[in-house]
Formats: sequence, C-alpha cells, structure tokens
Amino acid sequence: MARAGDREHVERPFPPGEYPLVVVGSGPGGLQLSYSLRRLGVEHAVISADPAPGGMFRRWPFFQRLLSWTKPYAPAERGTRAYERYDWNSLLAEEAENRALMTGLMDGTSYFPSRAEMELNLVAFAERTGLTVRYGCRWESTRRETTAAGERFVLETSDGEYRCRVAVFAVGVAEPYVPPTPGLDLVPHYAETRSAETYAGQRIFIVGKQNSGFEIASGLLPWARSIVLASPSPAKLSVVTRSLVGIRARYLQPYEDHVLAGGVAVLEASIDRIEPIGSAFHVTVRPSAGGDPVTFEVDEAIAATGFVAPLRDLPALGVATYGSSRLPAQTPFWESATVPGIYFAGTIGQGATGLRKHGLPANSGAVHGARYNARLLAGHLAEKHFGATRSRPPLAEPELLPFLLDEICRAPELWHQRAYLARVVSVDPTDGIADEGFVPLAHFLDSGGSDAIAATIEADADGGLYPVFYLRRSTRTEERVLPGHPLNDFGTAEHRRAVASLLAELGLASAEERAQGAGTL
Amino acid sequence: MTQLVELADELESLALFADLSRPQLEATAHSFEETWFGEGERILREGLTGTGFYVILDGEVAVRAGGRDAAVLGRGDFFGEVSALLGEPPSADVVALHSMRCLHMAAPALHQFLLAHPAVMYRMLLDQTRRLRTTTRARG
Repeated sequence: MARAGDREHVERPFPPGEYPLVVVGSGPGGLQLSYSLRRLGVEHAVISADPAPGGMFRRWPFFQRLLSWTKPYAPAERGTRAYERYDWNSLLAEEAENRALMTGLMDGTSYFPSRAEMELNLVAFAERTGLTVRYGCRWESTRRETTAAGERFVLETSDGEYRCRVAVFAVGVAEPYVPPTPGLDLVPHYAETRSAETYAGQRIFIVGKQNSGFEIASGLLPWARSIVLASPSPAKLSVVTRSLVGIRARYLQPYEDHVLAGGVAVLEASIDRIEPIGSAFHVTVRPSAGGDPVTFEVDEAIAATGFVAPLRDLPALGVATYGSSRLPAQTPFWESATVPGIYFAGTIGQGATGLRKHGLPANSGAVHGARYNARLLAGHLAEKHFGATRSRPPLAEPELLPFLLDEICRAPELWHQRAYLARVVSVDPTDGIADEGFVPLAHFLDSGGSDAIAATIEADADGGLYPVFYLRRSTRTEERVLPGHPLNDFGTAEHRRAVASLLAELGLASAEERAQGAGTL
Repeated sequence: MTQLVELADELESLALFADLSRPQLEATAHSFEETWFGEGERILREGLTGTGFYVILDGEVAVRAGGRDAAVLGRGDFFGEVSALLGEPPSADVVALHSMRCLHMAAPALHQFLLAHPAVMYRMLLDQTRRLRTTTRARG
C-alpha cells in the first residue's frame, strides 16, 4: 500500500487498495470504458502494465498500417454522431472538441491510419479527456475473498493488491499462440517477425492464412524469393464474406500473385511437421483434399497462428473460455457467464457473440464495435452495481416515427454493430413511450419485459443491408424485416410506411400518420 | 479451451464426422466456429431469420415448442439443419439446459460444406431418417 506523501503516490494515481471497480488495461477498450464510467460518476481505478496508452497499437500491426479506416471527408459532418460511421478509430466523447480525434492526426497518405498515428490518437484521447491510469502496474493474479463488507476480487499486481466488487479486464487478445505441431515452436511467431529486408532472396513458408499471415506475406512480397501460405481450410476473403471475417482487401496482393502464378502459393493443407535441416527447414504438409504428404524446403518459416486472450489465472477462478482465441464465455452485457462480477471490455468482448445472424459476427473485435460496447457496459455497471438510474427520456407519440427512421438511417451503433445492438423504445401502457437507449439485441430478445420495439440494421448472407424491427408484445417477440435499398437509404417513403405500419401493430400510429407517411411518396 | 488440432481430435470421435480423413477433420475444425452458451440461453429462436447449423460438443439442449420440451439433444447431436437447409426461420426454440459448447456454421456455408463432404451428408440423412421413424412411430 502506498503511503501518503510517498513520491510514487503523488505521481501515480490509484495506489493499491480498495476500489468499487478496477479496470485492467489502457488500450482502446479500457480507455473508452474509463471515460464512460467517469461521465456516469462511477468511481474506479485503471491499472495497466504498459507505460502509456495504446494497448496493442503501441506495437502492432507489424507492418505499421491499420486495417480500420477513418475517412477525413465523408457524407456526414466531422464530429457528428453520424460521422462515426465513417471513422472507425476515434474513441467516443461527449465534448465536441474531443470527438473524431483520429482525423486530425492523419498525414493524408492513406485512409488507414498508420500504427503510430493510431497510438497518438489514443494518447490524445486520454490526455484531452483527463483520463488517469496507473501505468507500469502489471496484473499478475486474481483471487476471491470474503470480507465483512461482502465478496471481493483481489487483483495482485506488481504494485500491490487491489480489492474490488467488480473487475473489468480490457487486456486484448494479443498473446501469441503456437499450436503443438511438431517443430512449429522452432520458428518465429508473427510477433517475432524480423524487418522485411532481412528476408531478401529467401524462400518463406507462412503457417496460417488469416490476416496476420497475409499481412506478413504482403510485406515480404518485395523481398522474398517465394512464399507459401498454408492452413487446412480455404482462405476466406472479406469482400466475399462481406464482413470483417476473412482477409481484408489491403492484404489480397499475395492472393492475386497466387492465382496469377507469380510465385506465391496459397495451399489448403494441414501442417504435419517442421524440421530444421542445416540452415533450412523442411515443412511437411498433408493436403486437405487428400493425397500424399508434400515436403517444402524453405529458408524461413513463420507461425502466423493467431493470438489468445491473456487471461492469466481467471480460468482457475472459474471463468469459462472457449474457441481458438480462448475467449471468455460472456453474457450479452459482457459479464463472465460463469463468474459474476468479472466483466470484459475491448476486443476481448467479442466473446459475447450475440446472434451471429447469417453467420456474420458483430464488430466487437474492432475499435469501431468495441467502443459502443464499452459505453453500454459503463451504463450497465452503473445501474446494476452502483445504484445509478438509467435515463429513459419520454417520447411523444408523433415523435416516434421520425425518431426510429432517423436511427435506422444514421445511428452508428446500429451500422457498426449489426444484429448485435438495438435501439429500444418501450411502449408500456402505464409508463408511456420511452427511449430505452441501446441494448444488446440478445438481451432484448431473451430478457422479456414490457411492450417495446427494437430497431436494428442487419445483413443477409449476400451482404445486403436492411433494417429489422422486433416487436415485443405480452412477452412474445416477432421479427419484422424491412426492405433494403440500393444506396442503403432507409429513409424512403417505403421505409416510412413500413415503420408506420409496425407502430400501428403496437397501437401507436394513427391512421392520419400512416396517411401522412403515404403522402410523402 | 480448445485449439484447432484438439478440436479435430474431438470431431474424430463424433459419429457425424466419422468418415473424414485427418486432413479433412482439421479443415472441418477450421470451417466451423466454436461457441458457448450458458444455462437457459436460447441458441435458436422460433420465428427469427438468419440462424445456422450447430453440432453439440459438450452439454445438452432442449428443443422447446409450445412451452414444452419436445426433445433433448446431447454430445454429437446436431440441430438447426432444417431451417438452415430450407432457408426458413426455426419452428421451435433450442435452449441450453446447462452450459454447453458447440460448433456453429452459417446456412450458406453448410450448403457448400455438405456438397464437399457427402459422407457427412449421408450421416446426417441417416440421423434425420431415424428421427422421422421415431416421430412416425410415436404418432402411429
């Protein structure tokens, strides 16, 4: 425990001790959550092993250019809520001067910020919004303790012990993972890739065909003599899946090189073993389509085999995990499904998968999805654990139709977190009509409650976007799919009529309003 | 926690994938998404579009229609194939009875997967035929 007057105590915030809530991590997820908690007046400490804000963006992507864009010039005015749809990298602030910070830090050479620009963006957000973090404080282990005041989590750190009722881990999914394939431990992981020029003239074998593998291949194209990328299943392409699932367009050049027989090979094969032979490696693979094993002699092999969530001893505490990234199993509000009181923010929140309609995941693994999750999480924590009352602004009946139309046209929460977050309006006969704000769609569908309408944007398997409304009446919820639009304009007369018709089902829209909707044709 | 190599080991022990070679099993492990549901959580929701195909790795689910449990499925069983193949919303809820781990595949991917793996399609057909026989006997 730090002492009053201690130099360290004066210079570093949040000395070890008891706090209502502790956030671990100072990447985008931790920063957004801390900002939103402060706006709600929830006392908390933030600790981070890093020396400064930024999380994984202090180091990666390896080739120093992000996959998430920010468009300085967009159809919506910079700094507005609608603009957030075009800016995937800025964190969310209430103050106008702290919004869209990313745009002011880009040099104009690309609408994908450089890694350094993204790091500056996060540092600027922390500084300008006055966020405080105890840096250089490494979370090391966790235990539960029963005290006179109730159950506490005890986080042991490099600086001492933190006690809290609620702990939020925003620790990313950036711990390198190497599968137990024989010999794979002898070659560098993506995280240990050297500078590109050191691979000049070499034959490279990359294990893994996800974005990290293709990023490495893209960066080595000007240097390598030949490149082989291999994993058991076919490479998915984001332009085909129409989602962030698959290799992003920026990294497709090795794929084009492959299909045009330029010297890159993209294989569907499982890796049997890697053997060092002199200064080379023999990589033996078994084709997924069958046939005899094939052995490649290469100068270098790189394991682009992914990352896992660095949960330390949380699984031993009872936190269930699943999948190849060891994500914690979570409720729709990002709470551990097996250890109440432990929550997750940032990219690790992708463990709360939502409905995955048509197989499409939400964007919770990226900043432009996680930032909205963090803001919702802050509100949920304030209400559930700290006695805050959520604001539920009343809506007059005539306001409802334009309100819902505006949300499906412009709400960045709905556009970025499709079929995952919903704008909910309750229509309780006694309480009247109220804006319930944004809610995880899975929670809305499964929690029950008063009569309500939830608006979402969704996408089908072909990538077409369209609004979807869910009507909850007497505990039964029904889905209403509205038509799409070639330019994704959901404010047309057709959409207006459709929403008016939905409201009529809830007994809300008068015949005059429906006629008015029809009259705008 | 399961990594893909270990997941391929698990798939090897399930009847649905019993005819696949090791490389095919590893490719299959890559093709599915592993997912997790807590007790009482709905996996399929009656009447909602965009669902997928699921194979149970651990745990049990109830097929719940009209407020009663029509069937209980466990490890190795699968569900969601009817709505995925017909492109129609499910006609019942499927609810996790305990925490459960399963594999998920979206409907369009399932079409391609079955065409590429006729042995899995045959196993699925056998299972469907048994279910149909059971239903027919129960009604008879």
